[in-house]
Amino acid sequence: MEASLKIVIVDKNPVRAAILEEGLREAGHVQVVRIEDTGHLLARVYAIDPDVILIDLENPSRDVLEQMFQVSRAVRRPVAMFVDQSDKASIEAAVDAGVSAYIVGGLRKDRVQNILDLCVSRFNAFARLQDELDRTKSALEERKAIDRAKGILMAAKKLSEDAAYALLRKTAMNENKKIAEVAQSVITAAELFK
Amino acid sequence: MSREQLRIGFIPLADAASLIVAADKGFLAAEDLDVALVREVSWSNIRDKLNVGAFDAAHLIAPIAIASSLGIGHVKVPIVAPFSLGLNGNAITVSPALHAAIADAVEGDMRDPLATAHALARVVASRKARGAEPLTFGMTFPFSTHNYQLRFWMAAGGVDPDEDVRLVVLPPPYMVESLANKHVDGFCVGAPWNSVAVDLGIGAILHFCCEIVARGAEKVRSLRTSGAQENPDLVQRLVRAHRRAADFIEDVANRDEVAALLAAPNRIGVAPEVLRRTFDGRLTVAPDGATRTSECYLLVGGDGAARPDPTQAAWLYAQMVRWGQAPLSAALLAAAKAVFRPDLYDAALAAASAGVPKAPADRIGAFAGPAFDPDDIAAHLAAWDTRR
Repeated sequence: MEASLKIVIVDKNPVRAAILEEGLREAGHVQVVRIEDTGHLLARVYAIDPDVILIDLENPSRDVLEQMFQVSRAVRRPVAMFVDQSDKASIEAAVDAGVSAYIVGGLRKDRVQNILDLCVSRFNAFARLQDELDRTKSALEERKAIDRAKGILMAAKKLSEDAAYALLRKTAMNENKKIAEVAQSVITAAELFK
Repeated sequence: MSREQLRIGFIPLADAASLIVAADKGFLAAEDLDVALVREVSWSNIRDKLNVGAFDAAHLIAPIAIASSLGIGHVKVPIVAPFSLGLNGNAITVSPALHAAIADAVEGDMRDPLATAHALARVVASRKARGAEPLTFGMTFPFSTHNYQLRFWMAAGGVDPDEDVRLVVLPPPYMVESLANKHVDGFCVGAPWNSVAVDLGIGAILHFCCEIVARGAEKVRSLRTSGAQENPDLVQRLVRAHRRAADFIEDVANRDEVAALLAAPNRIGVAPEVLRRTFDGRLTVAPDGATRTSECYLLVGGDGAARPDPTQAAWLYAQMVRWGQAPLSAALLAAAKAVFRPDLYDAALAAASAGVPKAPADRIGAFAGPAFDPDDIAAHLAAWDTRR
């Protein structure tokens, strides 16, 4: 059995980093270090001396890591990005997912490929989660606005709850707007008339 | 002419001006180009997204376009630059403490880069003698004009940039913070970050980089060579839109409008006044309010600045060789020069094309060393003791 690879995750988003770390550990990678704060990044990376570095693309410190490509005494081992020049598909998938990988030392492609694949799939999973969360949040806010608007209409026009909702819906259809938008207008108008 | 949708990446810096103005003033739309400008956080991202086709074009530091075309440091993806977004625009800013140390050690004029480089050498020697940590300078990328301009300047005074000081990569928005918390003693970066440091009272501008190299290619409009070959019409439309934008910016009457456009939070996002100073070449250089003016601080289109000049590409390649990033070969030199495409610029603009500037004679105008010959990189290298 080959020695386990040392992997560094540089990500300012602790939730996403945790999801990735968990995936890597499940895949049998026990040496995973997370870096959230990117001050003195290069010095910390050298101190850890990893085999693979994973960094999110929203992180301006990516350019700092690029310095490792340079020939310098500070670097003990050569660093390459992704696995080899022909690996356009890997780069594309990673860029798409919003992550980038730096491979330190002359590792074999098959040893690194599964890490890259896992990284891409976990980043994509996180993006889907985030998206779902955003949608749930905005749905919840829309629901709240509609409830408030219904209450305003019920009080002002002495309507039943069903009738207030029907009025909102009819107005939305006539004006070609979403019910939540009409509800927001009702709330704004009511505040003005206060 | 068919309507085309494009995604173009940029870094929030003043020299993205002709790109932002072309988009926000409708010059791109007038060429039937539907452009989404995407603000990015790192040069690596811009390079990779251009590489895999997530961007159709990009605002790119000229040396990255060359390195990518030569396949050094990264995947080889040939890039063409049919339009130069700017010449110059960088400055070297140092902490008040280092500024005072250089001023103490200088023999001659503080505005003379050779005098300050020799002074820096004396500061470095005295620090070494008393066992102090080496000075640290920030620059933006290993393949960057900032890296080469800093190295060119200090090496002329006898400071070895790899042995005597530390050079570290810092993303431009982190430069000021790093100077403030003494992580670095100075940096070389583009506008507006030098002015931001001066306004905060934590740095003094030592040199405009046009004092080091009179005409230095800075950012270029980059496209994948493959994409440009498939769609020459698109290249022409982009060049025309950029030329209109550059003319608009160069017209002093439009400067306030330009500064206001660029100041928007989704563009560069700094005070319009700072941007206005940048385009006027009138910068506050020290916390006490002292100013320095230069007509060539940042050229976005005037004086032939927009027309890519292969001599500039050759000079940048020569710096890569000098500092051990690239081997010296005729083939690589030719490939570097071929990144800059004045022919594409001329084809798009036909009669409107500006002539070649008369000065400096070698079209580089470095403050030290012999005149630059783009066909004899070996002679350029032979002029220097300090090199890899």
